[in-house]
Amino acid sequence: MAKSIDISDLDIYYGDFLAVEGVSLTIRARSVTAFIGPSGCGKSTFLRSLNRMHEVIPGAWVDGKVVIDGQELYGPNVDPVEVRRQIGMVFQRPNPFPTMSIYDNVLAGNRLNSKRMKKAEADGIVERSLRGANLWTEVKDRLTKPGASLSGGQQQRLCIARAIAVEPQVLLMDEPCSALDPISTAAIEDLIHDLKQDYTIVIVTHNMQQAARVSDETGFFNLKAAGQPGHLVEFNSTEKMFAGPDNPATEDYISGRFG
Amino acid sequence: MTTVKEGPARQSGNGTIPVVRPQLPRWAPLLVAGWALAVAVLLMIFLGWGLVGTGATAGLVYLVALPLWSSAVEGGRKAKDRFATGLMWLAFVVAMLPLVTLVWQVLSNGLPVISGQFLTYNMRNVVGEGGGIYHAIMGTVIITLWATLISVPVGVLAAIYLVEYGEEKKLARAVTFLVDVMTGIPSIVAGLFAYALFVIFFGPGVRMGFGGSVALSVLMIPIVVRATEEMLKLVPNELREASYALGVPKWRTVTKVVLPTAMAGIITGVMLAVARVAGETAPLLIIAGDTDSDNFNAFAERMATLPVFIYYSYTQPGVPPEFGQARAWGAALVLITIVMLLNLTARAVSKYFAPKTGR
Repeated sequence: MAKSIDISDLDIYYGDFLAVEGVSLTIRARSVTAFIGPSGCGKSTFLRSLNRMHEVIPGAWVDGKVVIDGQELYGPNVDPVEVRRQIGMVFQRPNPFPTMSIYDNVLAGNRLNSKRMKKAEADGIVERSLRGANLWTEVKDRLTKPGASLSGGQQQRLCIARAIAVEPQVLLMDEPCSALDPISTAAIEDLIHDLKQDYTIVIVTHNMQQAARVSDETGFFNLKAAGQPGHLVEFNSTEKMFAGPDNPATEDYISGRFG
Repeated sequence: MTTVKEGPARQSGNGTIPVVRPQLPRWAPLLVAGWALAVAVLLMIFLGWGLVGTGATAGLVYLVALPLWSSAVEGGRKAKDRFATGLMWLAFVVAMLPLVTLVWQVLSNGLPVISGQFLTYNMRNVVGEGGGIYHAIMGTVIITLWATLISVPVGVLAAIYLVEYGEEKKLARAVTFLVDVMTGIPSIVAGLFAYALFVIFFGPGVRMGFGGSVALSVLMIPIVVRATEEMLKLVPNELREASYALGVPKWRTVTKVVLPTAMAGIITGVMLAVARVAGETAPLLIIAGDTDSDNFNAFAERMATLPVFIYYSYTQPGVPPEFGQARAWGAALVLITIVMLLNLTARAVSKYFAPKTGR
């Protein structure tokens, strides 16, 4: 069910401000693609433009082409709600719904769209999603407890379970481990490895070791200068990016000789 | 104080860091308060001062004596702290005085009147002793209920529009401005507005409970809008984004994620708004009028309410006046009790609906 994404000449704006300029690349299906780069270079903005979450911010808009499965995401008749059902997202800070139990949080995507299903079917989705997010053994005895009762790492995996419960084609992750400790981070990295069998995964991270560990391909974003829009400096296989990148700027950033 | 006085704090010759300072004993504030009270009572006895003068003297003596003692022993910073703390307590006492005397007054005057008969009888054909406020209690409940039924949908929906859909649009800014203006409407004007409105449909001299509800809802809507707006703004944007990212349309996000998360606060706001308008007198005086009989139909005839009942019982108590005035105090006690119960319910409800962390 995984799909690849073709991006060409994507410019991303906040009002008049051009935040990211001229991105063109192809994200392969059933692989992990990582984006690295300094703060404020537009990695997250770029990620959010892939499932039309960018335009949720007032005044934000996009110029260019994002094509998934032969369909243009920013075409005139495309419903952003449908796009988001196909392309799930996990955020930087764990954000389970505070009014819902663990069980209801996992089913939120289905329930909030008032999809009718039998109890057995719902139970099946919850167990499969929680197993998929590596959380089932930890919470199976307290599914009725509030989602906020879990630890930060567990909450983040709960959010991943919630995202994969609606069976999206693509899973976007915006610095999913930046608020977590190393143990929880390792759990989520293992999870990303497993999820890659079924999903196309795009991850933004500040942590270059993490990008090297989990991804198949890596893109490096950078600002041309302070106040200038961010742009994609280099996009290559992760091995090549970390062993011998084509662009000297990438090498400077990765080896810590940035600027 | 930049220079530290000779004392244990300065004895750092052997190289220890000066962290120890002499301190007043823990009972020092109580002791000084006792002295201050004693001085003030002496003044009252010998100079014949009244209660107000005595209280003010006691407060002043305390505010001077304790900081002086403290600065002699503990140094300037502590003395300032003692002074500020004393000032806060004094302000607290001053603020509590009207509340306590009001409650005391109403309780002592109202309690003797309360009885089974007082709560279950109306005032039909009552001259002098006896009678009750059943008709006024029911009138207040019915009129406030209708007012709530009008204001809550309008107010909550307006707040949802402002927070979730407004986005600095011209209409949203206009609505915010109008709500601000509405907050400042005097209650008598709301009553006149309701009267003028109902005269258009029912002719001059119209009186009905529902008119009172309309007047009260004019006062209530801005409170509900404001309270709901604040609560909706408190819902973290991350929850909305999480919902959007699951492919949930905006209206479902609002109804199923945002509203439940803010529900506790919204209900509290509504309850407080109800408590606020339940005691309104002026608009009901104009449009709902007063009567001695039961009238449970909000859409016809005059309807008695507790505030209006209190007003008439006290200003036109009849002959002899004692019984009418006693009934006014009893009704006041009942009204305060109803408002307090509403506030307590609001607290209980908000606790019940609040998102649970479950740690």
